Amino acid sequence: MQPARAADTAPLFETINVTKAFGAFKALNNVSFHVRDGEFISIVGPNGAGKTTLVNVVTGLLRPTVGQVRFMGRDIAGIGPVELARLGMSRAFQLVNIFPALTVRETLAVAVASRLRRVGNPFRSLKRDDALQADAERIAEVLGLRARLETVASTLSQGEKKLLDIASAFALNPTVILLDEPTSGVSTGDKHAIMGVLVSAARAAGVRAIVQVEHDMDLVERYSHRIVALQEGSVLADMPPDAFFTNPSLIRAVIGTRPQTPRKTS
Amino acid sequence: MSHPSIDIAPQAIPRRLAPRPNGLWLLLGLIVFMALMPLVASPYALLLMLPFIGYGIALLGFNLLFGITGLLSFGHALFLAVGAYAAAALTSKFGILSFELLLMAAAGASGLVALAIGALCVRYTKIFFGMLTLAFGMLFHSFLFKFYGITGGDQGMRVLRPLLLGMEWRGGKTAFLTGPFYYYALLLFALLGLAMWRVTQSPFGLHLRAIRENAGKAAYVGVEVFRMRLTAFVISAVYGGIGGTILAVTTGLADPELAYWTHSGNLVFMAVLGGSGTFAGPAIGALVFVVLQDFVMSITQYWRFVMGGVLVFLVVFMPHGLSGTIEALVNRRHGGR
Repeated sequence: MQPARAADTAPLFETINVTKAFGAFKALNNVSFHVRDGEFISIVGPNGAGKTTLVNVVTGLLRPTVGQVRFMGRDIAGIGPVELARLGMSRAFQLVNIFPALTVRETLAVAVASRLRRVGNPFRSLKRDDALQADAERIAEVLGLRARLETVASTLSQGEKKLLDIASAFALNPTVILLDEPTSGVSTGDKHAIMGVLVSAARAAGVRAIVQVEHDMDLVERYSHRIVALQEGSVLADMPPDAFFTNPSLIRAVIGTRPQTPRKTS
Repeated sequence: MSHPSIDIAPQAIPRRLAPRPNGLWLLLGLIVFMALMPLVASPYALLLMLPFIGYGIALLGFNLLFGITGLLSFGHALFLAVGAYAAAALTSKFGILSFELLLMAAAGASGLVALAIGALCVRYTKIFFGMLTLAFGMLFHSFLFKFYGITGGDQGMRVLRPLLLGMEWRGGKTAFLTGPFYYYALLLFALLGLAMWRVTQSPFGLHLRAIRENAGKAAYVGVEVFRMRLTAFVISAVYGGIGGTILAVTTGLADPELAYWTHSGNLVFMAVLGGSGTFAGPAIGALVFVVLQDFVMSITQYWRFVMGGVLVFLVVFMPHGLSGTIEALVNRRHGGR
């Protein structure tokens, strides 16, 4: 995946002056950022900076108080997850989010069935739907879960559960994929493996942009084309990693609460 | 990322290589057994099987909602009552005796009622869903009880003997019920069981299971949670209505107790007894419930006490019901866990 030149294309999606208030508290304050074709964007910031709120607004779960969210030229503010998936934006969650009793094959088939619109007829066979099954297998293959197809999700290792969560996002054949801390709760060794699989899978699946929220600065530095740093609901910086990581005050503002150095709450 | 798969190896084996008796075969086996029963069993035993068929059909539907979709209704008996009263109204008020028409009317009426009620109820889950369905069940019970002119109040309404495939049976009541009606109902049970099996094995059924497992995540992979839940609610109600019609023809009466909340409680009891995690479990629960209740009632007037004790025992010692326990035993024998 290579980012397109800034002037080449219109943004795939963008937020324009988005403010999200919960009562008097502004979780997001006038946030504008955009994602272009081929970009890998990392959203960083200390806890409480508004990262997850931003993802929730961008994925249509929350409606912005003020401002627009545009995806491929369309206003998608508050359209809800199902419609969003249909338009081509999918999301993986911060906490491991799986269907515990379903197998890997079934989990992927859920997403493939909605994409191929196979649920209108309740008497259609799932097992004999070769196109659907082959597609689920293809996605498992791409994300390295092929050997686990018949394994019940709750018995997977933590890293595999994360991959499965991401795989089901891929199963929608998304244009843009949003990852809320894709590697949280995973051992350091697995983090790089998961990111590696993810990026190559995105390339193979024709995903046109990845947006992730991430705390691990190694991963952010290594994979991002651009970093959007949030602080107290506002955009603090929007720049390539080179510029970001050579600016000590920015790094201090963002790294203040890295998960590696948890502060005790009083 | 490549983990040695020793600890989870048994599950990595494709299912096709390790065939296991599935719920459909269990149910069809039971139905075949019942088809042979008239050769040896007494009319009394056959008459006892009719409520089982009615409940068995209702439970197939109930479990689509409960076991598959994860919504526990405490008012499901409402739909059995709708089916029963549809049969009663058509036969005794409008003189329509064709059983096929009764079934269609019961299915249609309970489906429509479910569409209206469900549009509100399935927006909620867990206890809130349970309480709402309970409330609608009681509302309907009050309607049946109080609107004497329409429903016959506590007297209920008579259900006349229907025509099967347009043919009239001239023999006695017991001969009709244990003869043609028994086979008709059994065939219906088999067909509806087959249809429900297809539903549970379809992408639609998979979406329902995904909703049960994690509705929030399901929405993000394109599952239309509300629509799927409502469809499941309507299908389960249609099964309930058909089951109710069979019950009503068997007893010759549609009475308000059919909609009473304890009757809904019995449906939950049957599902838990048989095990809601399997396809045939709830239907088997219905069989055991009907036989057990009949047996206990014949030996003691404190039968409710005994049934309550059975329920306590079940929840404590067999949380997955009869079928779940048997499955676990079979798996242990085959070396799995």
